[in-house]
Amino acid sequence: MSANLLKETGPREVFCGLTSIVWLHRRMPDAFFLVVGSRTCAHLIQSAAGVMIFAEPRFGTAILSERDLAGLADAHEELDRVCCELLQRRPEIRTLFLVGSCPSEVIKLDLARAAERLNEELQGRVRVVNYSGSGIETTFTQGEDGALAALVPLLPASDERQLLLVGTLADAVEDRLIHLFGRLGISTIRSLPPRQSTELPAVGPGTTVLLTQPFLTETARLLKHRGATVLTAPFPLGAEGSRRWMEAGAAAFHLPKERVAEVLDPLEERARIALRPHREVLEGKRIFLLPESQLELPLARFLQRECGMELVEVGTPYLNRDQMAEELALLPEDTRVMEGQHVEQQLDRVREHKPDLVVCGMGLANPLEAEGIATKWSIELVFSPIHGIDQAGDLAELFSRPLRRRQLIHPGLHPINPDQPVHA
Amino acid sequence: MQLTLWTYEGPPHVGAMRIAASMEGVHYVLHAPQGDTYADLLFTMIERRGKRPPVTYTTFQARDLGGDTAELVKRHVREAVDRFKPNALLVGESCTAELIQDQPGALAQGMGLTMPVVNLELPAYSKKENWGAAETLYQLVRNLLKDQVPSQPSHDPNAWKAEGRRPRVNLLGPSLLGFRCRDDVLEVQRLLTMHGIDVGVVAPLGAGVEDVLRLPKADLNVCLYPEVAESTCSWLERNFGIPFSRTVPIGVGATHDFLVEVHRLLGMEPPSAEEGYRRSRLPWYSESVDSTYLTGKRVFIFGDGTHALAAARICKEELGFTVVGLGTYSREMARPVRTAAKELGLEALICDDYLAVETAMAEAAPELVLGTQMERHSAKRLGIPCAVISTPMHVQDVPARTSPQMGWEGANVIFDDWVHPLMMGLEEHLIGMFRHDFEFVDGHQSHLGHSGGSGAGVDTKTAEHATVEVDEHALIWTDDGEAELKKIPFFVRGKVRRNAEAYALQVGCREINSETLYDAKAHYKA
Repeated sequence: MSANLLKETGPREVFCGLTSIVWLHRRMPDAFFLVVGSRTCAHLIQSAAGVMIFAEPRFGTAILSERDLAGLADAHEELDRVCCELLQRRPEIRTLFLVGSCPSEVIKLDLARAAERLNEELQGRVRVVNYSGSGIETTFTQGEDGALAALVPLLPASDERQLLLVGTLADAVEDRLIHLFGRLGISTIRSLPPRQSTELPAVGPGTTVLLTQPFLTETARLLKHRGATVLTAPFPLGAEGSRRWMEAGAAAFHLPKERVAEVLDPLEERARIALRPHREVLEGKRIFLLPESQLELPLARFLQRECGMELVEVGTPYLNRDQMAEELALLPEDTRVMEGQHVEQQLDRVREHKPDLVVCGMGLANPLEAEGIATKWSIELVFSPIHGIDQAGDLAELFSRPLRRRQLIHPGLHPINPDQPVHA
Repeated sequence: MQLTLWTYEGPPHVGAMRIAASMEGVHYVLHAPQGDTYADLLFTMIERRGKRPPVTYTTFQARDLGGDTAELVKRHVREAVDRFKPNALLVGESCTAELIQDQPGALAQGMGLTMPVVNLELPAYSKKENWGAAETLYQLVRNLLKDQVPSQPSHDPNAWKAEGRRPRVNLLGPSLLGFRCRDDVLEVQRLLTMHGIDVGVVAPLGAGVEDVLRLPKADLNVCLYPEVAESTCSWLERNFGIPFSRTVPIGVGATHDFLVEVHRLLGMEPPSAEEGYRRSRLPWYSESVDSTYLTGKRVFIFGDGTHALAAARICKEELGFTVVGLGTYSREMARPVRTAAKELGLEALICDDYLAVETAMAEAAPELVLGTQMERHSAKRLGIPCAVISTPMHVQDVPARTSPQMGWEGANVIFDDWVHPLMMGLEEHLIGMFRHDFEFVDGHQSHLGHSGGSGAGVDTKTAEHATVEVDEHALIWTDDGEAELKKIPFFVRGKVRRNAEAYALQVGCREINSETLYDAKAHYKA
């Protein structure tokens, strides 16, 4: 591994783990996410998700009041009351996630015990689990790691030989990957998280885990603890990464190499065709990725190797060197990989290097655009079907689109010659 | 603990951010955990601003809590001051920082900075966004002007006459993340200019520290958004003797009253009472026969105090609706809202509990909901047309086109926006007559452009049933009664069901058949 690994501390511009609720509530529609926190937490989630209109809310906040802080109200009694109120309104909820926040962590509210107790009270009707999405402990996608890790102890035990795909996938992508692994010869494939929170996959010594997402450190650790084998592979972004990822799975199941090649070769060929128009836009362009989701490394690898982009800097909020080893090995010599952030200094570097495209959060995207720097807002990458060989073209399109858009509208919006009609 | 599915306001530090981001040259150092920077995208995405809010967050993490968080605050204050060189600095805490009590404001004040430093104390567990905005504006204005305060407040609102110039007013209250503030300011400025009144300072929106220092030079303060600016206006009145106007010019009648009030306070001849009719299109649009079917439409109103009060008056006096519910989440505005509700024969709903508002809405069974972004959720659930009149809002309500709520043009915008979600007159008649159509089915609103109705077909049924649960044991709807009820146009069906049940209980009959329905109709004259 020859990338240039750097660290930086200072002000950070990232989401907290609570934001994971925004996509997890759709993956498991029978689950409810109850944040125990402040009005800030409630405001965060509704600012992120409230543009959608919900007839039935799938998340909420138990807002701590002064009475709770002063210890005048028994926190556990209060929590019981709030949960009862909630379940009365939404009797169809099957799994209730109690999500810890900065305030609840700082005052050391024991949500794990609360979940345990509520579980006993609601035996058989609703399952209550707990994880932390606080900003002081988790960054953005790490919230999903927490949620999945909280489910791991609930997975039934089984020695069955199976492949477990871990990490949220778009439905269509999931179906496609299962179909392809089936064609390779793996018959039992399950997913965590499942589409219904009650249909948890089993786990045990026969389980081989492929992580679909790079941010699942804790979940992977707990799965290993349950006897599963967690493979190390590049992440399934782009044709090359996805192929290596699938090959790692196939190798664990001792599938013949020829069969794998027979199935995957045509897909890779097709992906190359799909990538071509985007490569034309992206090739030689310089990209700067700010830390957000831990997807930055695999994305940088894909954009550099398959789209021909130059990497100025690859930021990541957290670097799990073991799980990322294969990704790091695929990066070009001396790639600047920056763990952590000092947002002001990082922006100074962005301005200094004037990259062609900056991958950043929404707090920075419009301000950078206004400075004349093209951006791709990063949150979209966790909301889009980007995994697998067949999605390589779509993934590249997410990056070529802002550049194409500029080419498309810039001449019309900024006419160069004031005397000439724009469309003459 | 309070179960909150949707919150009407953010925490108070978001209010403080609104003030800082609305102004120029004011920077805000906010002691907050990593992640609280989400608030930036309220400004960059919802307000679609092309610059970052002037906020430096300390973004502490769990590992910092073991160390010296106070030192962390000082480092960020120093870096922010060096980098952004603001003319005034706000320093405060978010909810989590409030728990660890580093006193960042006091720390910053002890750092020997050259610019004014305002220490914000915003109790995050008891106060909310608008309070935070009002308090921040008040503290900032007070800090910047305290040296100018005369020993005796003396002010002559007629000074402009003696000085031979046009009268000059300040517009106080407009801010980012306020409802349509951008265009309200333009509209009110235009309105005042037409009457020969100059605008001195607009604050906080667009104002710098220099502008705040000029506030006492005005003849009158116009308090456009009491939620944000009333405390500041009242401080300016107490200390500098500058009066302020209380009427918020939303609606034709209110705009007229506003003009009368401003003219009176400035010692000018009152304007013509006909002006609204001439300058706004709402009066004629509302008088024209096309609008006759709007008469008595049942409307439920909820929002911040200012916009809810304005909406109630417009609905009753200018559009001919019947207000069947009125409420606000602004506790500071509870009294005027209660008074207004009383005049409409209603009990005002003063609460910030989304579920209670939804229950009250279902109870009132309105045909139109005028509320916030949150009421769109409940209205969807209940299958009721809805328009947004107040914050909280989302990105759709910061439109590119000019769309004020205030003044004459504001009334035009209001007419269009509030009538739009209702079924058009002809369609309403035809659906009342012929209920067997394959395309124009019950609840369908073809002018909204989607097939299969507004979703009301399914939702209203569940909603109707949900609301009668209590009576289920006492009352029985016969098949013939249910069939008759189905013939009622969908948007008044909820009300008719409720009336019939109330009537049955009143006269002591257990069964509701088609005859009971007609009896109830005659009884309630509806």
